[in-house]
Amino acid sequence: MTKVLVIAEHDGTQLSVATAKAVKGAEGVGAEKLDLVVFGNDPASVSEQAAKISGVDCVRVVSGEDFAEPLAARMAPEIAKMASDYSHLFVASTTFGRDLMPRVAGLLRLNQVSDVMAVLGPRSFKRPIYAGNAIVTVNVPETVATVLATVRTASFAAAQMTGSATIEALESQASDPGHTRFVGREGSSGEGPDLSSASRVVSGGRALGSADAFKVIYGLANTLGAAVGASRAAVDAGYVPNELQVGQTGKIIAPDLYIAVGISGAIQHLTGIKDAGTIVAINKDSEAPIFEVADLGLVADLFEVVPELEKLISA
Amino acid sequence: MKILVTLKRVVDYNVRVRVKNDGSGVETDGVKMSINPFDEIALEEAIRMKEAGAAEEIVVVAVGSDQCQQQLRTGLAMGADRAILVETQETAGPVQPLTAAEAFLKIIEQEAPSIVLMGKQAIDDDCSQTGQMLAAMWNRPQATFASKVVLNGSSAQVTREVDSGLETIEVDLPAVITVDLRLNEPRFVKLPEIMKAKKKPLDVLALDSLGLSESTDFEMASYEAPPKRGGGKKVESVQALVDELKQRGLL
Repeated sequence: MTKVLVIAEHDGTQLSVATAKAVKGAEGVGAEKLDLVVFGNDPASVSEQAAKISGVDCVRVVSGEDFAEPLAARMAPEIAKMASDYSHLFVASTTFGRDLMPRVAGLLRLNQVSDVMAVLGPRSFKRPIYAGNAIVTVNVPETVATVLATVRTASFAAAQMTGSATIEALESQASDPGHTRFVGREGSSGEGPDLSSASRVVSGGRALGSADAFKVIYGLANTLGAAVGASRAAVDAGYVPNELQVGQTGKIIAPDLYIAVGISGAIQHLTGIKDAGTIVAINKDSEAPIFEVADLGLVADLFEVVPELEKLISA
Repeated sequence: MKILVTLKRVVDYNVRVRVKNDGSGVETDGVKMSINPFDEIALEEAIRMKEAGAAEEIVVVAVGSDQCQQQLRTGLAMGADRAILVETQETAGPVQPLTAAEAFLKIIEQEAPSIVLMGKQAIDDDCSQTGQMLAAMWNRPQATFASKVVLNGSSAQVTREVDSGLETIEVDLPAVITVDLRLNEPRFVKLPEIMKAKKKPLDVLALDSLGLSESTDFEMASYEAPPKRGGGKKVESVQALVDELKQRGLL
């Protein structure tokens, strides 16, 4: 019987959109039962949000102070103990899921399928390798007791939020090994839409030249109601914080509209935007590789045209 | 304190890989091979710890074919003291993360390192699994995607690059730390060091001599090139761009 467990991701108050995308991906295996597990200190509100995800039968809630922060060392043993009830375990391929699922796999001594971009059957998946330059079809034989996978969120739409799953409290089954402690977090300002799930994104690259100059990107993004992103070069140069990086080692996104400003388009960056609806590129260099993938290109000095674009849009 | 650093031999990051015409894999014949760039950062961090007096010995380990000796020699030239190759049969195909983690665990049992430093992912299979699997099997902490590591005696404080920004955790040693891009910039190797590295010890152990066999349960059924995103058109002015976007219902 195909029974799926999806691990929910949240920040203590809000369930992440990535979770609903992971559910959508997981549904592809033809689950007869699909459960969600939520870990948290006081996850009542998150559990209620999770219960609304269409396709979910039961939200299983493991609560306690030990789960106040998403530490893989704490959650993985619990998930490993639940695994025998399921044929498939899924989680979104965010930093949360990428940290957690292989630890579960290690405890179960199983291989894992990372970054599932298409589900071909209960045990057959497509995933990108070599920064998306190749796609491999992976078949997991029946001899593997549980299929463990992370879901590439850019490849799946979020499941609807019209469901009504049951909510069930579970006792924690494993003890805290005590060797891993949460210290702190510094995060994004929280202004504007979330980069991972925004429908519009404006990104800046090295050509901006300074943190101060990045203001033009923020200005345009603000006018469009878009999230701000950046190339690795811009992050490395310190123009913007790391969480804005789009690409192979940053965030992989699929907005309806992506505007790349002063980004040359290194393959590592293009990996992160392949699934965008419409890509617009603004760059001084007409030979920049970004134009090979852009639906609309404008060869121009960004400092001249971005303010003009902003003005025309708000007009 | 001893530090173990894992090195994977991968297609150099400057090479644009191509899928073979028959879909049986990607073309690696005659292609430049290098140390996985994230592993290079891990080794650099270990060397800096040693230079700061926090570590006495650095051991680099690879799991793979005989050819991995090249990358281990490069690691020795960068500043590692010793190298170990766990050799696999080339015919068995790419080494799976679980096999690599099992092999590293065996080496850990022999070497008893205080820290295992690894790249957060390899740029060939992009799995990002081995470090976490190893930490789980070793029953020790993991600190993944590290952009800063501060050693405090029997523990380490690690800043991690996560989707929401930066997160700091403290882990008791021994621990597995997997590193992200911004942790450091690896040094270039100079010729005299390459010469010296030839004299440093490099042990070769067969995978089966460790009581392990390659896990081949996942079938890599076929490989294909990604769908091409054709370039579109260029517009001549900002007004033309806005018109196009409006026409597509994007504004």
